[in-house]
Amino acid sequence: MRNESKGWKSVLLTVFLAVLAIFFLAPIFLVLMNSFKGQFYISDAPFALPDSETFVGLRNYWNGIEKVGFFSAFGYSAFITVFSVAAIVLFTAMTAWYLVRIKTRTANALYYLFVFSMIVPFQMVMFTMSKMANLLRLDNPLGIILLYLGFGSGLSVFLYSGFIKSIPLDVEEAAMIDGCRPLQTFFFVVFPILKPTAITVAILNAMWIWNDYLLPYLVIGSRYRTIPIAVQYLQGGYGSRDMGALMATLILAIIPIVIFYLACQKYIIRGVMAGAVKG
Amino acid sequence: MQKSLRKYFAVFALPTLAAFVIAFLIPFVFGLYLSFTNFTTVTNTQWVGWENYVRAFTDNNDFLHALWITAAFTAVSVLSVNLLAFGLALLLTRGLKGTNLFRTVFFMPNLIGGIVLGYIWQLIINGLLLSAGVDITYDPKYGFWGLVVLMNWQMIGYMMIIYIAGLQNLPTDVLEAAEIDGASSWQKLRRVTIPMIMPSITICTFLTLTNSFKLFDQNFALTAGAPMKKTAMLALDIYNTFYGRIGDEGVGQAKAVLFFLMVAAIAALQLRATRSREVEQ
Repeated sequence: MRNESKGWKSVLLTVFLAVLAIFFLAPIFLVLMNSFKGQFYISDAPFALPDSETFVGLRNYWNGIEKVGFFSAFGYSAFITVFSVAAIVLFTAMTAWYLVRIKTRTANALYYLFVFSMIVPFQMVMFTMSKMANLLRLDNPLGIILLYLGFGSGLSVFLYSGFIKSIPLDVEEAAMIDGCRPLQTFFFVVFPILKPTAITVAILNAMWIWNDYLLPYLVIGSRYRTIPIAVQYLQGGYGSRDMGALMATLILAIIPIVIFYLACQKYIIRGVMAGAVKG
Repeated sequence: MQKSLRKYFAVFALPTLAAFVIAFLIPFVFGLYLSFTNFTTVTNTQWVGWENYVRAFTDNNDFLHALWITAAFTAVSVLSVNLLAFGLALLLTRGLKGTNLFRTVFFMPNLIGGIVLGYIWQLIINGLLLSAGVDITYDPKYGFWGLVVLMNWQMIGYMMIIYIAGLQNLPTDVLEAAEIDGASSWQKLRRVTIPMIMPSITICTFLTLTNSFKLFDQNFALTAGAPMKKTAMLALDIYNTFYGRIGDEGVGQAKAVLFFLMVAAIAALQLRATRSREVEQ
């Protein structure tokens, strides 16, 4: 259809897209470039390449790592994200299956309560939730997992339920008749079928929790810094901050995301697309 | 099966439900209650009726100004993000070389967190303003348009992916029929492609709408409202009211309830748009 040789047009479009792609990547390269310059050469000439006078090697990186405790921040971020996502993927799948299958009025009401929570913005509960966390001693990297499970359950239950409703009952009933208990049925029969949705749920929640700033800041921020809190911590007073350390920390914050993205690009794009339907 | 399953409530539903009650339900209900009280801690409260709601508008102009900024930002972002994302999606569905690579690049900024994005663009915008001898805090319009550019950089790739999926699912026979009938490219786009990908357009519009409306991290990191709270959007204004001055917590909570009602109204609108579309099909 298109091969009636608009060859030059294709070339032109490809060139245009390439230029655009360079513009899309430029902000990150700009930060990368500045992360190798002395802190006083950044704000004054952010678009200048490092030269023999301004180049400081990896000094900003050591500086930033030390100032914000980057490795422990990475550790907290990784710990909280991995275990919160694992808890959400497993527990909300069980809940969704249970609510869809028992079909009582209460189950239906609970389902709508979960759906309702999706539209409530965090600001609505941020104060009361952080007080609640203090009260119940959930203000530590372990306790915050429970908060993420609770606050993230709406979307996840919704996504799982949508998929479970489309699975025919036969397989599960056959398993039950063969003597499977509900837990066995869930883990050996249902959960494997849910895998595509589980991946979507995992990706969406991982992106949210890894990048989340306000919830961890309010709940554990005074004692434990995740990566976004560490970046924000460098802000200090306007003008007095160490721009070099900030640039280096930004790059350190981006690196894990880029690696993760390139490694599971297929799943991320598919997951984000499947999750978009909820709006 | 239903009967035997029902006994397993504690195993299947309780963990999620307990977390849900602790992290969401109690804070939500208690938040509603606190918006009608004067409080500094959750145990020391005093009923004041609608006073906090009145004060949200009368103490100062911050909330109304934030509402205006949020509405303007949302309108500009929804338009620009969707137009550009749709344009890119059209270019990336023509079977050009390197399509996958371009898609990968355009989508990447979406994964970077709001705080990090804010500082990246602060560096760029301050750098661009350097020749004028000012920085982003000098004039609210710098912060506003800076945030629009940031939002475009972050969201275009995401919306583009959804539009690409929509375009790839178009039945080719309709387009071919239009071509045979002598329709120009513009007519095909206007009369065939756009009407047929309306579902994607609805999804993308509401995704950008809610994301722009609820924006916090990017706003907080890029300008933190500077100068003089003139670039503070609703979420940031609520945060500032809560943690800015002791004694204003009730007002902050009242603003948060109003914010929630606005977001809920957008969600209701979306539900209606989606439903009416389903009826048509």
